[in-house]
Amino acid sequence: MVNLLLITVILINFYTLGSARLVACIRAVALQGGLLALLPLATHGPSGHALLLGVGALTFKGILIPWLLLRAIREVRIRREVEPYIGFVATLALGTLVTAAAFIFADFLPLAAEHLGGMFVPTSLATMFSGFLLLITRRKALTQVLGYLVLENGIFVFAVLLSEAIPLMVETGILLDLLVGVFVMGIVLNHIGREFSTLNTKRLTALKE
Amino acid sequence: MLLLLILFPLAAAGIALLLPWHQGRSWLLPASGALHLILVGLAVAEGAVGHGPWIGLDALSRIVLVVTSLLYFGCALYAVAYFEQHRDRGNKVIVPCLLVFLSVMSLAIMARHLGLLWISVEATTIVSAPLIYYNRNQLSIEATWKYLLLCSVGIALAMLGILFIAYAALVGGGVPVSLQFDTLLSGAATLSRPWLHAGFVFLLVGFGTKMGLAPLHTWKPDAYGEAPGMVGALLAGGLTSVAFLAILRALQLMNAAGDGAMARQQLLGLGLLSLLVATVFMVRQPDIKRLLAYSSVEHMGILAIGVGIGGLATFGAMLHLVNNALTKGCLFLAAGNIQRAYASKRLSEVHGAIATLPVSGYLFLAGFLAIAGSPPFGLFMSEFTILRGIFSRGETLVGLLILLLLAAIFIGMGATVLTATQGDPVKLDTAFNDNFLLVASPLGFLLLVLVLGVYLPEPMQTALREAAALLEAKP
Amino acid sequence: MIGRMLLQLAVLLLFAPLLPGVINKTKALFAGRKGAPLLQPYFDLGRLWRKGFVFSRTTTWVFLAGPVVGMVVPLLAVLLIPFGGLQAPISFTGDLILLVYLFGLSRFFTAAAALDTGSSFEGMGAAREVTFSCLAEPTLLFALLVLARGADSLVLGAMLGPQLAVQWQGSGGPVLGLVAVCMFVVLLVENSRIPFDDPNTHLELTMIHEVMVLDHSGPAFGMILYGAAMKLMVMGALLVRVALPLQTGSMALDLLVFLAGLLALAVLIGVVESTMARLKLPRVPQVLVGTTLLSFFALVLVLR
Repeated sequence: MVNLLLITVILINFYTLGSARLVACIRAVALQGGLLALLPLATHGPSGHALLLGVGALTFKGILIPWLLLRAIREVRIRREVEPYIGFVATLALGTLVTAAAFIFADFLPLAAEHLGGMFVPTSLATMFSGFLLLITRRKALTQVLGYLVLENGIFVFAVLLSEAIPLMVETGILLDLLVGVFVMGIVLNHIGREFSTLNTKRLTALKE
Repeated sequence: MLLLLILFPLAAAGIALLLPWHQGRSWLLPASGALHLILVGLAVAEGAVGHGPWIGLDALSRIVLVVTSLLYFGCALYAVAYFEQHRDRGNKVIVPCLLVFLSVMSLAIMARHLGLLWISVEATTIVSAPLIYYNRNQLSIEATWKYLLLCSVGIALAMLGILFIAYAALVGGGVPVSLQFDTLLSGAATLSRPWLHAGFVFLLVGFGTKMGLAPLHTWKPDAYGEAPGMVGALLAGGLTSVAFLAILRALQLMNAAGDGAMARQQLLGLGLLSLLVATVFMVRQPDIKRLLAYSSVEHMGILAIGVGIGGLATFGAMLHLVNNALTKGCLFLAAGNIQRAYASKRLSEVHGAIATLPVSGYLFLAGFLAIAGSPPFGLFMSEFTILRGIFSRGETLVGLLILLLLAAIFIGMGATVLTATQGDPVKLDTAFNDNFLLVASPLGFLLLVLVLGVYLPEPMQTALREAAALLEAKP
Repeated sequence: MIGRMLLQLAVLLLFAPLLPGVINKTKALFAGRKGAPLLQPYFDLGRLWRKGFVFSRTTTWVFLAGPVVGMVVPLLAVLLIPFGGLQAPISFTGDLILLVYLFGLSRFFTAAAALDTGSSFEGMGAAREVTFSCLAEPTLLFALLVLARGADSLVLGAMLGPQLAVQWQGSGGPVLGLVAVCMFVVLLVENSRIPFDDPNTHLELTMIHEVMVLDHSGPAFGMILYGAAMKLMVMGALLVRVALPLQTGSMALDLLVFLAGLLALAVLIGVVESTMARLKLPRVPQVLVGTTLLSFFALVLVLR
């Protein structure tokens, strides 16, 4: 079950890297957040901590944050296509290479005995790199936010391994931070849209030196 | 007591949101700032230590807390006059944001749990974004976006670093797996080394982005350049000190584990790079606020170098933290006044500031002398101490390089500042005049720095020494 | 062994035209129509066989070779694949490559027949078809390699053997799921289904496969339809074996399950055709490359 969830997370990475439609990307990241909400339950069993964490992650990552982003798109009325710097095929190829490299690299890491050969660490690394790739190779400001969210998802996967170290309050704080962060980003996106009539970050290059 | 420091600014923010009265909102700021300063003074005086595993004050956080509180109070006083001038833009959003900013900054300084530290630093990023965006033009949107995204990604990497450290505890098996700082410190020797090192690197990169060390500093010139003067002062003086404190916590951990030398080497490297980058970009810089931003990069580099060398240089770095924060406060506020008067911050339009705006102009010039390290200002003492530490360790080459770069910065920055301040008076289009509140704070900061340059009071010496001792490698 | 060969060939010949019938019926039901009867393809084949040939004067023997090869290749290919509980009549190491390239052969002759007519529409369709199949080929090979790794053997019969059932329940389940999805995409591409090609379009500029066979008539067209149905069945057989690796021991029951699986596959194709729109032509290579990367990822997962 855990492996199925993790593989689906990686598949969603690929989908986001290769998709040309903004709304599809947002929904994919929302689905990823929702799946990650199930991860603590699948790994540590239905304890109170895991349950609350799952519910929190689902609400924030799966529902509220995508809602904020979709609202941002609607308000800005931009062209709903993703604009990459390098082509989709190249991005996907890079993403796959990086994922494969993550799997190979994870086998060389000095992991704790119970985590060796598992899929947590490679999935976490692969998702983080995919997030970075999205951040770097996309022109639209909104996709940069999506890249940031995917990066955070990757870090979340790693954090599930360490559930006992991170008390619930801290987890809630992290999720809340994420939510407010995306909220502020949404507002700034709105203003960018209004000022520039586009979310293309090519226009955000006036400040130099 | 410590909890109050965090909670009451939040309450004040709530009041600010509800208050319909522009002036009242503005005065809420210095009122909160004063209360904060008093509470901090009380806490430090009675030696309050902790509230359990979550928040507490040790020697390092005491210094940063006092400096930040002082800086905030000065900027809050300035803010009243600033908002008076900007009645059209309103302060309904920025005042609550500033108050929440005070609250989360205090939380970050006092955090004893790495998770809480992370949450509060991320919160400061989020809350300071609207502050940078106050001017609402295309350039400030761009600056805000870059700031928000770069710092958020950086802090996400810092989270990874924290997780690696927790994993080091998991693999090491000695200490119970926890992110509580004191627990980690006591069991540091048992932490798994590769994970600890990886965690330190990520923490350095992540919080280094927030602090503005090169090569992670690219958001700084844009953000400080486009933000209002007092926001720039708060960010350059307060937030960078908080980010530096976070890095120092990581250094403490590495010291306790016995790998402090490696950590210090990395800090030294980044510090030198920052100094170099700042020098390159400060020469022929036509924008006075971006000049100050690069100066901030330079001084963050000096801080990193000081801590990276160790020994006497660490004491110098602590003193430098205080001096830098106050001087940056003075410089940014004065630059803000000048920008408001000339309606521009570029050298093509700004010249003859001393003749046109005597008080702010002289403050800017004096601030430049202070930040470039000329005696009798405090920065001279701190930089001198750091260099003494470097030479006494036998790192002559490093010391000479630093001296060379500092000289280049003096010349480069001097060219810009002198062009801006000297010259004939210019007929201003804006009806701007230095009024009391606008110059009181920068003047106060400058005087403090002057005093610190001449005479370091005994209690302060002890406090700085204690803080430096915390960062020393355990045998 | 001769008996097994004849049995497989008989099942193929008899059952294959039912699949397009099921697909069309599913699509009709989705559209709210009653649709053609399920056995319509059989009637179509009979009708076409009774007609006469019409050949263009510009064509050569290649023109007839296309449909003939298209009909013979599935008959040969089916001998390599285990049907239901039956063993594959012909199997040797590396026969998976023969399978893939038998279909390559049929594709070559179809394209050559299309080019032989000298018409620009056919040439355009041939170019598109060859490009897309070219991109789909690595996917199929990677998917088969994953299966080979799972069985530690390069014999198709062994790759599709009983260890699949064990793998589905164990940790290899998700990987097999990925393989199944990739093979399904390849199935859609090779058999010219939506979202890669619309079999019902009448606009030549939008056709890929249909335009290649535009000039064939009568029995030749019948051979093409029959060949296409058999190709669908053979490739579907691969997929059904991967997805439903049941082996109850009784040959009749296994065969029944296998045929039911094929019918379910036909229904699935019908559903996909009814719910999805055709992809924009420039998007097709992107999707195919994505699928290749997906199967490559499955390979990486298995090779760890």
